[in-house]
Amino acid sequence: MNPEKTRIKEVPLLDVRNLETAFDIDGTDYNAVDDVSFQVKPRQIVGIVGESGCGKSVMSLSIMQLLPKGIGKVKSGQIVFDGINLEKMSESQINKLRGNDVSMIFQEPMTSLNPVFTIGYQLQEVFFNHTIISRRNARLRSIALLKSVGISRPEKIVDEYPHQLSGGMRQRVMIAIAIACQPKLLIADEPTTALDVTVQAQILELLKGIQEVNDMSIILITHDLGVVAEMCDEVIVMYAGKIVERTDVDRLFHNPKHPYTTLLLGAIPKMDEQEDRLNSIQGIVPSLINMPQVGCRFANRCPKAMPECTTITPLLENVEQGHEVACLLFDTSKPKEEMR
Amino acid sequence: MSTVSLHENERKSSSQAENLLEIQNLKTYYPVKGGFFKRTIGNVKAVDNLSFEIRRGETLGLVGESGCGKSTAGRTILRLLKPTDGKILFDGKDITKISGKSLRDIRKDMQMVFQDPYASLNPMQMVGDIIAEPIYNFSKKANAELKKEVMDLLDKVGLSQDAYYQYAHEFSGGQRQRIGIARSLALRPKLIIADEPVSALDVSVQSQVLNLLKDLQQEFELTFLFIAHDLSVVKHMSDRIGVMYLGNMVEMADKNLLYVKPLHPYTQALISAIPSPDPRLKKERMILRGDVPSPINPPAGCPFHPRCPMAREECTKTKPLLKEVKPSHRVACHLY
Repeated sequence: MNPEKTRIKEVPLLDVRNLETAFDIDGTDYNAVDDVSFQVKPRQIVGIVGESGCGKSVMSLSIMQLLPKGIGKVKSGQIVFDGINLEKMSESQINKLRGNDVSMIFQEPMTSLNPVFTIGYQLQEVFFNHTIISRRNARLRSIALLKSVGISRPEKIVDEYPHQLSGGMRQRVMIAIAIACQPKLLIADEPTTALDVTVQAQILELLKGIQEVNDMSIILITHDLGVVAEMCDEVIVMYAGKIVERTDVDRLFHNPKHPYTTLLLGAIPKMDEQEDRLNSIQGIVPSLINMPQVGCRFANRCPKAMPECTTITPLLENVEQGHEVACLLFDTSKPKEEMR
Repeated sequence: MSTVSLHENERKSSSQAENLLEIQNLKTYYPVKGGFFKRTIGNVKAVDNLSFEIRRGETLGLVGESGCGKSTAGRTILRLLKPTDGKILFDGKDITKISGKSLRDIRKDMQMVFQDPYASLNPMQMVGDIIAEPIYNFSKKANAELKKEVMDLLDKVGLSQDAYYQYAHEFSGGQRQRIGIARSLALRPKLIIADEPVSALDVSVQSQVLNLLKDLQQEFELTFLFIAHDLSVVKHMSDRIGVMYLGNMVEMADKNLLYVKPLHPYTQALISAIPSPDPRLKKERMILRGDVPSPINPPAGCPFHPRCPMAREECTKTKPLLKEVKPSHRVACHLY
């Protein structure tokens, strides 16, 4: 956590307010992301952690306006990027923004590149879409870009196909495509999950380097708390579609408040300690269809649950400056009955 | 539960030998076919000259990056793959070349838990049948007895007895992995090879499954070969750990020795690459350059030398052998 970094400019680059994203299952809407608000400041790396099904990927797709059409939609809330409300933009306006100002890297470097086009073609596509550039220059810029993401012999690689590259190399190409137009915000959805640890270390180092050089913000979505500790300035912990805790990385790891965060941290096997049994969280995440409508969604797995946890929905509130928790244990004000 | 205690007695009587499993110079090559007549034009040396032993009741962890041959090693030990060369001694018996009935008999004693709980269970079978199948295969038991045994197993792995009549798709990943574990326990094997049993699971569920495996190991006196790429998980589970790189064992030691003082540069890099869940800990990181070379054309000399920060000329020429440099610490590196 670098305090200078956040002091420079306090105007948020991305401001998500009360976002609700719903999926249509058999004619009924189910909220995969429920009333989520957060901000990303310029040059900040914000980590979003949570287990599978907690809505972290759906949220990133909502920001990118890439939800599957007809099934998923943003039901309410605002996504304000750099002062523009994305919800009000037309498809063509969004297309101009995507890849230019906001871009995304996906989890699977194996499937997110098109197997029938060369690496060079897929890189140049970004330039042709967003800038006016000659073929020759586009090629030269692609080569330079590949070099900047640490690919050796980029002159050769531009003419190769994705299947000729290893997983780590493909993820580097994905990063090159994502940063081609020097976006202000990069959303990285589990960028290293499919990679080996040694390659993961390379990719994380690369992302950090690019972030510093290009002055961009990153939203890093991951389930790996180690990656979060290493990379992020701020962390958002999600559980079952809601934010349960949000604070800076140091406080999250050294002074976690929400029982879910505490348990999650306890469940990782530690490298430097000897422990016989791991702490585990009993039960499983409730499915989208069986989500409790009132009360805390973690209540049925929570060891500290109180009777009122199932009747009162906790709100995300400041427990101290810059540390928000949604848990009745820390509710300072009189608990409010929230109707949904 | 009479079957269990009977089995335990058997086990005690046959536990003279310390090692349950011994692997000597095991090689498993996959032929690469090509050319006009689909001749063999090369070999993928997935497992190349691997030797190690697993003691009774211990957990041996096998780590390495994808493609290092750890899964192939596991499958070769089970004889699901044919070893190209070398010896596999299980319970004092050479099982490298056996086939037919004797192979079938030995399979009762070694079972496997697979990585993908979504793909390793038959979607068309009831969970009860999935778990009963190994028992059904090897013994003639009355249906009622079979069912009681399956119910016991469901209990042991922490599933409700209703699960018997349900199908795999009705369960979450963690629960499915429990079903897979129950199936592997059904024949009360001596050795369980767990190939990345938790890599498809979330952290909170992962810890449940790891705890379960540890409990079952105590209860059934199991020996585990635990294959995984996650070093912290392997450390938690294992007594001893072997590190593989490109089909070779590069280091093998007691887990504390290995993590506190890794000797091989690859192990050092691997351990330093793990992101630590503590933001205050800014450690000096040793980042390896490049990717794992292709096992079709492994580099001459030490397989790790192209990426090794400490490579010397000797490393490019001769392949180092795994040797004991300290008590219970073996390493294959010219530096030692």
